[in-house]
Amino acid sequence: MIVRISNEGQYKLDDGHHARLDELDDAVVAAVSGRSEDGYQRAFEELLHFVRTEGEPLDADDLEPSEFILPPPDLTFAEAGEEFSGEGLIPDPVPPSAA
Amino acid sequence: MPGMGGRMSTVIKAKISRLLDKAEDPGETLDYSYQKQLESLQNVKKGIADVVTAKKRLQMQSQKLEQSVVKLDTQARQALAAGNEELARTALERKNVAQTELQSLDTQVTELEAQQQRLIDSEQKLRQKIEAFRTKKEVIKAQYSAAEAQVRISEAATGVGEQMADVGLAMQRATDKTEQMRARADAVSELEAAGTFDDLTQIGPGQDDIDRQLAQLSSSSEVDDELAKMKAELGAGEGGGESKQLGEGGQAS
Repeated sequence: MIVRISNEGQYKLDDGHHARLDELDDAVVAAVSGRSEDGYQRAFEELLHFVRTEGEPLDADDLEPSEFILPPPDLTFAEAGEEFSGEGLIPDPVPPSAA
Repeated sequence: MPGMGGRMSTVIKAKISRLLDKAEDPGETLDYSYQKQLESLQNVKKGIADVVTAKKRLQMQSQKLEQSVVKLDTQARQALAAGNEELARTALERKNVAQTELQSLDTQVTELEAQQQRLIDSEQKLRQKIEAFRTKKEVIKAQYSAAEAQVRISEAATGVGEQMADVGLAMQRATDKTEQMRARADAVSELEAAGTFDDLTQIGPGQDDIDRQLAQLSSSSEVDDELAKMKAELGAGEGGGESKQLGEGGQAS
């Protein structure tokens, strides 16, 4: 499978890494929804590190599309929060209505 | 994968397939697609030029602030040497404000530079992908039946489209950063226009009402420390025998 790190490049990873990638991705989601900035930095860095070390960089003139696209490495905690809010991947718990 | 990456790639793929669905003749689609890619590349180049221009303007502002810091420091020393401690304090308070702005501006310029570099890298990759697309399109035109060609165009165009989206994202981030910095720089310009960093010997101490506000803005303990240090240095310079450490030890409170 091919994974892109936005604004960095594409990497080819063994399909067997899918489960681990999923785990690492979930950890980022959990840190962001738990509003843990340190946790987010650690989890996101770990996810990027995994892709960079386990993946083979794809040539720039390769036209293969990516299966997964990760955000840019310098994505701030605030930006990550925006990504996860709104239509949200993991919506915030709905506060009890005052009405 | 439930992460944000999954969502992004879905959006990109949907856009591209919508574009390709409209196509009828594969050969025509290929040429049109390539033409569009070249146009996008031109826009990207223009966008990069805009970011570079904005950055240069901010760097110029940073240089001006640096000069202000040096000037105000000199004036503080001169005022102190002349025995005018109040004027020296005012100069140091202003220097403190200018320095804080300068640090913030420099940090942001560094961040912007990193984003700009990513934008340029992404643009280079886009250029390489478009070039690869050009080669591939001739092969597809020559070798494949219409139905098969359609599939292959879709694949190739998706690869280019994804890189285009990547450049778009890099551009968006660099532009956002530039906007943020411009807002900050405008605030500094207002301080400048109000005479905050002007020649103090012309204004005189305590004659404008911004002094009070500045005293609040700048950390008074930092100003106290610096004033004490300056006194010690001046003392050492004149008295010869005085220790440079003299003023610093007693500043604990």
